[in-house]
Amino acid sequence: MKAVVTVTGKDKVGIIAMASAECAKHGVNIVDISQTVMKEYFAMIMLVELDGMTTPFSSFADEMKEAGKAQGVDIHVMHEDIFNAMHRI
Amino acid sequence: MLNTNDILETINMIQKEHLDVRTVTMGISLFDCISDDPARLEEKIYDKITRSAKNLVSVCEDLERTYGIPIVNKRISVTPISYIGAGLSPDGFVRLAKVLERAACELGVNFIGGFSAHVQKGAIKGATNLIEAIPEALTETTHICSSVNVATTKAGINMDAVKRMGEIIKETAYLTRDKDSIGCAKLVVFANIPEDNPFMAGAVHGMGEPDTVINVGVSGPGVVAAAIKEAGDCDFSALAETVKRIAFKITRVGQLIAAEAARRLGTPYGIVDLSLAPTPAAGDSVAEILENMGLERCGTHGTTAALALLNDAVKKGGVMASNHVGGLSGAFIPVSEDKGMIEAAECGTLTLEKLEAMTAVCSVGLDMIAIPGDTPASTISGIIADEISIGVVNTKTTAVRVIPVWGKGVGESAEFGGLLGYAPIMPLKGESCQRFIDRGGRIPAPIHSLKN
Repeated sequence: MKAVVTVTGKDKVGIIAMASAECAKHGVNIVDISQTVMKEYFAMIMLVELDGMTTPFSSFADEMKEAGKAQGVDIHVMHEDIFNAMHRI
Repeated sequence: MLNTNDILETINMIQKEHLDVRTVTMGISLFDCISDDPARLEEKIYDKITRSAKNLVSVCEDLERTYGIPIVNKRISVTPISYIGAGLSPDGFVRLAKVLERAACELGVNFIGGFSAHVQKGAIKGATNLIEAIPEALTETTHICSSVNVATTKAGINMDAVKRMGEIIKETAYLTRDKDSIGCAKLVVFANIPEDNPFMAGAVHGMGEPDTVINVGVSGPGVVAAAIKEAGDCDFSALAETVKRIAFKITRVGQLIAAEAARRLGTPYGIVDLSLAPTPAAGDSVAEILENMGLERCGTHGTTAALALLNDAVKKGGVMASNHVGGLSGAFIPVSEDKGMIEAAECGTLTLEKLEAMTAVCSVGLDMIAIPGDTPASTISGIIADEISIGVVNTKTTAVRVIPVWGKGVGESAEFGGLLGYAPIMPLKGESCQRFIDRGGRIPAPIHSLKN
């Protein structure tokens, strides 16, 4: 099962390090990253593989959100199927 | 990998445009609970509901977290109680309503629908007694919704029931007078009631449904309003196309949640209800969609056409996105639950007459409309008869959920709170329809040829 992690907010040092460290902590493997900075606005989308995840999905999502909050960015973790359902026929 | 823009579009819809799944409703058949011993009946109903829906709320909460989309309501619909408790007295039905209330509280669901009767051609004793119990049942409970089907296209209109429902609505308003007559917000009178509708107050679990079933109602007026705004001054073909495209995406989310909820609960998946259900929050309004199409204010000339286009395009987009569609499918126009409708009613642009016309081209009917508390019961019956006729003649579902707000009049407003919102009290005609309503009997079913 894969999930999409989106990280948005004001750019600063260490956002990617924080997000990837959180993933590693939960045994979540990052399979793809796309990231841009537009006028100091940071936006990153990660596709992650959850098969080796060591915690339940909801606690991973909650802890990612909390970790983001500590750095002043919004993090959402959502099952990839919601995007597949909406945007692929 | 998924396209970045698509991902951001989805997130934007949920975060900024109020995209949500409005309800996951579990339908539960109560036929196997029937007993001639009222105590046994109550026990079996409580057990069946709490057993069948034990995991409903936790599964929905898990789905919310997994897919990152809010599921606003978790609800239950049951077999119309008039059939299940057919031998009960009115007091027995009130007790049964309290049993349902206890089950709702135990499970943590928002509502249980199905305190209902079907009387389009005539009433069995259970239906008559249930209807008598409605005012007290809705006063003594907070999670129970009631509906009465008084007409179908095939049976015509049971005008005795229409008359009685006018009186029942008045009694309910009186008994809940300390809360702006909120009991009436949980009571709806139908023509051509659907058997798989997940929305309240009219949800029931129909006779031809499986033992349990999952039905899902989607939402997303804010998403449609934003898409129309972005589309700018395009022509009507492009406008309809815009709505279809966005309705498709919204419905796909509903389909995903419905299938996954059904799988996790081990329950068959029934239908997705393709509805645009507003809330009183800013940016979650059906009126705003119509205004974004180019109306200065919802309710002005052009409103019915705009709504017809919207309603049709939502269905066309939604049907493609889901393998089973049903329920009420279409745009809802509950006045008190829609910020744009409230504003349009307050300034007098949106009137009861215009709302009636709008219901001929969209889902459901005269919904969540506050009227003066001193309105005679016969006038309420007249409002019901008018609206129900539109449904019967046009072979569609229509319904009436009006609230005669006890002790209040035109110029004042009623406050229902939460998703039910607030509403300015709308003026009605002063002339009586008492003699017409007093005739009693049935209005015959309409002819289906010579369509004019």
